[in-house]
Amino acid sequence: MELICPAGTPASFRDAVEAGADAVYCGFRDETNARNFPGLNFNAQELTEAATHARANGVSTLVAINTYMRAGAEELWYRAVDNAATAGADAIIVADLGLLAYAAERHPALRRHLSVQAAAANVEHINFLVDAFGIKRVVLPRVLTVAEVGAICRKARCETEVFVFGGLCVMEEGRCSLSSYATGKSPNMDGVCSPASHVRYRQDGSDMVSELGDFTINRFPKDEPTGYPTLCKGRFVAGGTAGYVFEDPASLDVLTHLEALARFGVSALKIEGRQRGRAYIAQVVREIRNRLDGLAAGEQREDGATLRKLSEGQRTTQGSYDKRWR
Amino acid sequence: MAAGHRIGLTLGPLLYLWDQPSWSDFYRRVADEVEVDTVVLGEIVCSKRDHFHAGAIERIAERLTAAGKRVRLGSPALVTIEREAKTVRQLAARSDYELEAGELSAHAAMEGRPHAIGPLVNVYNAPTAKVLAARGAVSICLPPELPLASMRSIIAGAPDIAFEVFAFGKVPLAISARCAHARNKGLVKDNCQFVCGEDPDGLPVDTLDGQHFLALNGVQTMSSTCQSLITDVPALADAGVRSLRLSPQVCDMVRVAGLFRSVADGRLEPEAAHSQLKQCYPTAAFSNGFLHAVPGHRLIGDRLSAL
Amino acid sequence: MDLPRFVRLLLRPMPVAAIQLVAQASLDRVVARHPQLFDRLREYENRRFAIVATDLGLCFIVVPRSRRVSVQRGTSVPKADVRIAGSLLTLLSLAEGRLDGDAEFFARGLSIEGDMEAALALRNAMEDCRLDLPTDLGSAAGPLSRPVERGLSGIRSYLLSHGGDRWN
Repeated sequence: MELICPAGTPASFRDAVEAGADAVYCGFRDETNARNFPGLNFNAQELTEAATHARANGVSTLVAINTYMRAGAEELWYRAVDNAATAGADAIIVADLGLLAYAAERHPALRRHLSVQAAAANVEHINFLVDAFGIKRVVLPRVLTVAEVGAICRKARCETEVFVFGGLCVMEEGRCSLSSYATGKSPNMDGVCSPASHVRYRQDGSDMVSELGDFTINRFPKDEPTGYPTLCKGRFVAGGTAGYVFEDPASLDVLTHLEALARFGVSALKIEGRQRGRAYIAQVVREIRNRLDGLAAGEQREDGATLRKLSEGQRTTQGSYDKRWR
Repeated sequence: MAAGHRIGLTLGPLLYLWDQPSWSDFYRRVADEVEVDTVVLGEIVCSKRDHFHAGAIERIAERLTAAGKRVRLGSPALVTIEREAKTVRQLAARSDYELEAGELSAHAAMEGRPHAIGPLVNVYNAPTAKVLAARGAVSICLPPELPLASMRSIIAGAPDIAFEVFAFGKVPLAISARCAHARNKGLVKDNCQFVCGEDPDGLPVDTLDGQHFLALNGVQTMSSTCQSLITDVPALADAGVRSLRLSPQVCDMVRVAGLFRSVADGRLEPEAAHSQLKQCYPTAAFSNGFLHAVPGHRLIGDRLSAL
Repeated sequence: MDLPRFVRLLLRPMPVAAIQLVAQASLDRVVARHPQLFDRLREYENRRFAIVATDLGLCFIVVPRSRRVSVQRGTSVPKADVRIAGSLLTLLSLAEGRLDGDAEFFARGLSIEGDMEAALALRNAMEDCRLDLPTDLGSAAGPLSRPVERGLSGIRSYLLSHGGDRWN
């Protein structure tokens, strides 16, 4: 199984290559990708340099162009696809049907991966896009159980890629307007969720209060591990009880299922976190590389503690991969 | 209207789990009293709820048809298990009622035959609409988070498709494999005891500082506010929107539909309709921020009220 | 990950003016060696960043576009767009990208207030510079650069071995 690693900057791209990535994914510095954060991402020249460096080291470059084209401004997305092709990307990761159609027509030789933002949660949906646009790989949504991943792998007529570590969407990806409801900025249209521009932390007595737009998302008593005010991971009141209504602050960690994923024939394992720092990328990639090598050698190599320290709330979850989570 | 079409009204699928008597009463009234052209039936939120009204849907569909309404059957919004995939296949195989696709496997199953696309399919631009139209989509309800500028561009770029807009109701904002509603009541999805039925208008989710924010509806997360585009109907008509979708809430939907009909026909001033709408649904706060490209929970252009 | 007590005691009597000189010289070197910093900062380069070393009781105020840093004692800053506070070691290791800012923030080793976008932009821009402070600052010392670099590197190793178990 290939290890697919995130890179938010050219520096972290190099770190990921060095730490043992088989492929690195990244995006342009605009709203064409779902990590459109300040100071992050690549211009066309940086991408060309990164892809050249990757190729020299036997590593692939995947370019995420995975937001939905803003009506009337489609050119920006089309140019992103053109630029990825020119830069020597090995594949583009796309969600928008109109953009898939463009890429299939204009750049038939450039591999098309279906982004998790396309929310392809069943094999009929996936195979339809294989037939219509020749997608070579699907990144599976984080709403499936391990057994469901297995069932899709058996029937999908393309490769599958599965998230194994990092931030976790509680809602089906690409079909969530919580962020734009609170802030006017959405993952699908702007490439941001719970954007920093609308985040405020405020000290209230001994509590730290996190706010997003006009809404209080959480309150942390002194010394409790804190979290970024991602909407679906906030503390709210419902039915008379206060708590994490959707999900506790935690990161996804399904590394205990590596063996099953390998058995299903999953092609690639993905690490979330283009917005995270170089230290995160280097540590997580090295740790997972080690486990994958262990798996190949028939050894158990586990160290959950290292990865937990890098997680939100310093906790991890298996999310929907573990059916009990539902 | 500017685009030369009479704007139609579509009653969207009931998103909540209502008990059998309320459900039947509601749809009988829809058949007899509600001024809508199209009614979308079916359980699109959670397949576990399917058995509640499966038997009654056929009867109601016939009754609605007899009352002169066009009936569509909605397919599930999230299809991950075989039972849901089977529902999609069965709906796609029917020739009596039009299918409204909740996600793309339903669109694919139609194999080019005419069908509708529901608001939870991501259509953010005209090229995407054309991809769907090339494979049989004849009408598309646009995603609720789209601003008016995008709607204008999409409609202008794909003029052969009948576009619909989510004009009334709490906005379906997200869907999950996990049931936060059951979890809130100390249950897991596999043994949920259908507790979402206890909240026929959604279970309110407030912030720790007491602001109303969201509402739980089983695996779906809704807005706390009720989106109302009633003051925006002239702008929507001008953009070429062909139908307004009204999503059922626990309120006087007969009157809601009547108000939208009156505004669409130019018989009632939008502002006057807005204040009457508040009487139809007194527990609701209204919003139209998405259309105005501001946070969705906001209300823009409400000249009749300070809050 | 606080500084060892003796280091704090050594630094405390240093006049603010002297610290400011060192800080300004450091900033000048970083700016000279990593011009791409500003390309990533974009519009955030005119924000006022207050960087507070909580264990030293010192606040460094930087407006990137002006290329100036000013130092004041105390940890409360009246006028800044963004305030980033943590121990000196945390701040330095963040600057070098040796520590994951998100993880440190989740664990409350770091506090950020004010303009979160500006804070993110600064973090991401710094990350991409691959700062290596002994090399970056040592090069300022002209003919003495090698010994200075070795000295700084030695101090870093010492501090790390005595306080920074999370500095990898």
